[in-house]
Amino acid sequence: MSFQPVKFYQTGTFTVGNRLLPPEQRSVQSQEKRYNSINSGHRACQGCGEALGARYAIDAAMEATNGRLICANATGCLEVFSTPYPETSWQMPWIHSVFGNTAAVATGIAAALKVKRQQGERRNIRVVAQGGDGGTTDIGFGCLSGMFERNDDVLYICYDNGGYMNTGIQRSSATPPAARTATTMAVGPEPGNVFGQGKFLPAIAMAHEIPYVATATVADLRDLEAKVRRAMEFQGARYIHILVPCPLGWGTASHDTIRIARLAKETGVFPVFEAEHGEVKSVLAIRRQLPVEEYLRPQKRYAHLFGKTPQVEVIARLQALADRNIRKYGLLEGN
Amino acid sequence: MDKPFAITLDPGSSLANKTGSWRTFRPVYVDRLPPCNAACPAGENIQAWLFHAESGDYEKAWRSLTENNPLPAIMGRVCYHPCQGGCNRQFVDSSVGINAVERFLGDEALKRGWAFEKPAKSSGKRVLVVGAGPSGLSAAYHLARLGHTVEIHEAGPLAGGMMRFGIPKYRLPRDVIEAEVQRILDLGVKLKPNTKIANIADAMKAGKFDAAFLAVGAHIGKRAFIPAADATRIVDAVSVLRSMEGEEKPMLGRRVVVYGGGNTALDVARTAKRMGAEEAIIVYRRTREKAPAHDSEIEEALQEGIMVKWLSTIKQADEGEITIEKMALDDSGFPQPTGEFEKLAADSVVLALGQDVDLGLLEGVPGLEVKDGVVQVGPNMMTGHEGVFAGGDMVPSERTVTVAVGHGKKAARHIDAWLAGETYAPPPKHEVATFDKLNTWYYSEAPHQVRPVLDIIRRQSTFEEVVQGLDEGNAQFEARRCLSCGNCFECDNCYGVCPDNAVIKLGPGKRFQFNFDYCKGCGVCATECPCGAIKMVPEET
Amino acid sequence: MLKQMEGSRAVAEAVALCRPEVVCAYPISPQTHIVEAVGEMVKDGSLSPCEFINVESEFAAMSVAIGSSATGARTYTATASQGLLFMAEAVYNASGLGLPIVMTVANRAIGAPINIWNDHSDALSQRDSGWLQIFAETNQEALDLHIQAFRLAEELSLPIMVCMDGFILTHAYERVDMPTQEQVDAYLPKYEPRQVLDPADPVSIGAMVGPEAFMEVRYLAHAKQMEALKLIPAYAAEFKAVFGRDSGGLVHTYKADDADTIVVAMGSVLGTIKDVVDEMREAGHKIGVLGITLFRPFPITQVRAALQGAKRVVVLEKSMAIGLGGILAVNVRMALSALPIDVYTVVAGLGGRAITMRSLHALFRKAEKDDIDPITFLDLNRAVVDKQLERERATRRSGPAAEAILRDIGVVAAKLA
Repeated sequence: MSFQPVKFYQTGTFTVGNRLLPPEQRSVQSQEKRYNSINSGHRACQGCGEALGARYAIDAAMEATNGRLICANATGCLEVFSTPYPETSWQMPWIHSVFGNTAAVATGIAAALKVKRQQGERRNIRVVAQGGDGGTTDIGFGCLSGMFERNDDVLYICYDNGGYMNTGIQRSSATPPAARTATTMAVGPEPGNVFGQGKFLPAIAMAHEIPYVATATVADLRDLEAKVRRAMEFQGARYIHILVPCPLGWGTASHDTIRIARLAKETGVFPVFEAEHGEVKSVLAIRRQLPVEEYLRPQKRYAHLFGKTPQVEVIARLQALADRNIRKYGLLEGN
Repeated sequence: MDKPFAITLDPGSSLANKTGSWRTFRPVYVDRLPPCNAACPAGENIQAWLFHAESGDYEKAWRSLTENNPLPAIMGRVCYHPCQGGCNRQFVDSSVGINAVERFLGDEALKRGWAFEKPAKSSGKRVLVVGAGPSGLSAAYHLARLGHTVEIHEAGPLAGGMMRFGIPKYRLPRDVIEAEVQRILDLGVKLKPNTKIANIADAMKAGKFDAAFLAVGAHIGKRAFIPAADATRIVDAVSVLRSMEGEEKPMLGRRVVVYGGGNTALDVARTAKRMGAEEAIIVYRRTREKAPAHDSEIEEALQEGIMVKWLSTIKQADEGEITIEKMALDDSGFPQPTGEFEKLAADSVVLALGQDVDLGLLEGVPGLEVKDGVVQVGPNMMTGHEGVFAGGDMVPSERTVTVAVGHGKKAARHIDAWLAGETYAPPPKHEVATFDKLNTWYYSEAPHQVRPVLDIIRRQSTFEEVVQGLDEGNAQFEARRCLSCGNCFECDNCYGVCPDNAVIKLGPGKRFQFNFDYCKGCGVCATECPCGAIKMVPEET
Repeated sequence: MLKQMEGSRAVAEAVALCRPEVVCAYPISPQTHIVEAVGEMVKDGSLSPCEFINVESEFAAMSVAIGSSATGARTYTATASQGLLFMAEAVYNASGLGLPIVMTVANRAIGAPINIWNDHSDALSQRDSGWLQIFAETNQEALDLHIQAFRLAEELSLPIMVCMDGFILTHAYERVDMPTQEQVDAYLPKYEPRQVLDPADPVSIGAMVGPEAFMEVRYLAHAKQMEALKLIPAYAAEFKAVFGRDSGGLVHTYKADDADTIVVAMGSVLGTIKDVVDEMREAGHKIGVLGITLFRPFPITQVRAALQGAKRVVVLEKSMAIGLGGILAVNVRMALSALPIDVYTVVAGLGGRAITMRSLHALFRKAEKDDIDPITFLDLNRAVVDKQLERERATRRSGPAAEAILRDIGVVAAKLA
């Protein structure tokens, strides 16, 4: 694992900070003068997981590069809520082009930086690209795959909230089965998103055999930061897929954002792991395993599973998917 | 840079957008009363001193502890630690070993020779403390630190009171008492041993004392009538324990029966066992559940081989033998005789049926009210006689060292106020930080290599003095198990989890502040606060 | 230095002399030879430092260009036809963000039916994208225009398409005068970006702009384009001073001063038209030519000035606004508004159909007599379209039109036989 979890010292590395840890072992987010790459005043919903995930990830990347970082951002919630004229929340060089080209824009930035270095630029400026799951797994997939296979020196971060939330909560290829969206309504004989569709992009990224692929959630800050830091140690294409609950789209309480992400991980619904050159190197083990129902029940997008006649078969299918993750990635091992 | 209009913007300019206006709920930092503190009869701020112990600043921890209790090395041995009974960690795995850490700090202070800070100035007032037991010592300490001149008049030859004469050495080594008493005396408190006060009013007048605190221990064992043969040896428990302190040890024989179900009964039974008795049998008329003794002491006694006859009374004592009658609980839970008898071999019978206080010094003092063998006091610990306060065994209360120490502190504060012509008003207590307020996800499990060691120490440290207390590493580890219920311990969670950067970190020891210009009131901070120190309240219109 | 070379190679060498720092390449005929040649120069080190990126699509090509240009690198790419359409979203974005990318468009038809040959449909489909568009008549001009394009783009902070006819120019071997590196360096200053992604001075590029400012942003894009109308003649003059030849500019007239009939066109077809005009002039016809080099911004004043003495204008264009007629013609009409001049739209050479001198002779002679339709399709096989129209009227499921036509004219049958 790219970070050594501390399991004692009261809260160990579970909390954001820990006064009992030496400063160098503390999180980026706990620093009194952290980067706050995405500043206050952005227009994300209350309890937005993406806003949080973006600050976690980009601050960590800023820390790893000593602030020498350029960011390319796909169209989507993050872009819209952070840069409505005349205000931007970004405190770093940042560019938004269109929805589906972010990985390619980042490639261009990386290429320009490489040339500048050859021309004598002494700063080692790096590039990060970011987008939601729609901009990454769907419309941006071609450019992303191209960036991967060329092994361009870009860290691509996908904030996965399982749908097109900015446009009004439509299904994406990252929408999980049974989830209600505006285009997979909870009506008809099989309400919600259908089973057997969708893609898990981290696995596809790994198939490109790029240097580094990782998943993370906003519930495990230290793991997330360590992965970003690790990613920045590599040259070439890197991919981090961060699960970011969306209170609006998932129908969860705004204060439950981190709790829900934690439940996704603890139930095995979302496997948290890292891979180098196509091979899984470590997993963040489930700490206190819970049935998927614990994760599903607080979310209104699954409310149809818990109506007058609970959809036990559907819940069982979702449990089976979680169990498969647990088996496949060994999520109960090394605990 | 000559930026293109509108499409290219200056960094961080969204600060102009005050998203705080979205809020319908606002987070508020609160301090809740930790259940350990709430349960502590001595009023210790346990969480506060554990906080310093967590970071390894033991002196600061000790100084914080001794703000309320000057006897941590003693308390770390003899306190029945109700704090641990209240500890929320018991619902996670097991309670924090607060008592063991207290003992570590107490011992560390003695080892390092840490002294109390002397008061900056003298009030010129003189206070007489009667009795050098835990309550008197506690009061003397607090009064001295408040700048008053204190004199303790002790009837016995040595300080310590019931701690010395009622608690066996195996639970409380005497050098510990000596050292902690001396540290109080070093503050300038004058101890006059072998000074029995005949009349408190006279003594105050003679010594020109402005106030007095009476803290006489319950040294007189209660007797019960048991038909007995002349040859049967019947003694009372307090006498046995007191004589353990003298040159001449009590002769109890090979088979000792102790009559009673309190802590003293257990102390004396365990003492008898240590004195070489082959059998030490406790006879108690009610059940284990009903016994006033602390369960931990009963458990330890049983582990040591003490036998107990529950639901039994002694009907008769003959030479080398006693007769007991079996009892049965009636519908209202009282023991009733069954007419069923049993004989037990016994060389001696020790009566441990409770103790009384010698109230002789109060005779003729106007205004005093004595009821059920104890002095009545007001909420400020003052008796019916102006300027005469009382605490410890003398007043209606549970009789433990910890309660006594608490009385001493409380009385000292009221005496201090009374001397200044004021009234001491204790600060209002916060709402208790109950377990449901916590988010225990964030607390670490104890690592496997440390945990079993600690379990053993935690069990043994209150068992027998021959077993060492916690070493530094263990003490620190144990301290770090504290959940800091209800009070911010600066874990940075609120600061980190806010999606709007609306929490300002004020720096070490200064906690945090919400930036309501940007806080949208999502409540993630409150949900993710491990210790329940953030509350969401409706936004005012 | 005079060299005999393929048009694509000439352009590639000219681009290389401009020292591009990032070049993105995606193959599509007839542009491919250009990026192949640039790629070779990067690979062998003769063009350095330069990042040559083989992207996975034209959309990516333009997107990579956006990223590199925004990071302050001189950026070049080339495309054609479907490729231009595939990158269209990014094309608009590049100009919206004001990024001075230079892109060669090797003009080619747009499908369906798929057709790899030359016309101007691709470039003209992007006429409102906010890019400057210049059209080369010859390989020499194509070469020269690229050098001027970098200078112009970077000065204005706007992207430029240099359009050259696919195959007709890109694949034609001609003699060109290749400038020296010293000449190009003297003409083209170092790229000083107007905005750049730099941690030392961070900005957010590409903000979301609402109704409160969007109109202004668009107006500014227009105003900035219009500045090119002043800059281009100046840069062309400077170009002449450094390189010793006329190249570029807004429009070029040919024997038009006293002409009653002026033929307007863009690109390589101007050469054929001028040959026809020469012959007709010898025969006494008062006919001339207006070649349009700059299509966007459209040089309305210059076009009007050049045409206002004519009796009629024949706009011969390799593009078509289906449902209306011509694209270039509409622009020319606007330049001539309120003038009593007849404007004929002649759609010619679509999908690579050869525009022959013979057809032009016939066309112009008829035009002089005002004996052509307002919208004329040069060399249209009327019999074939009539037959297909009849077939479609008769049979609901008449099958694919293109294949039916090929069968009618015997191409498919010949291959099958």
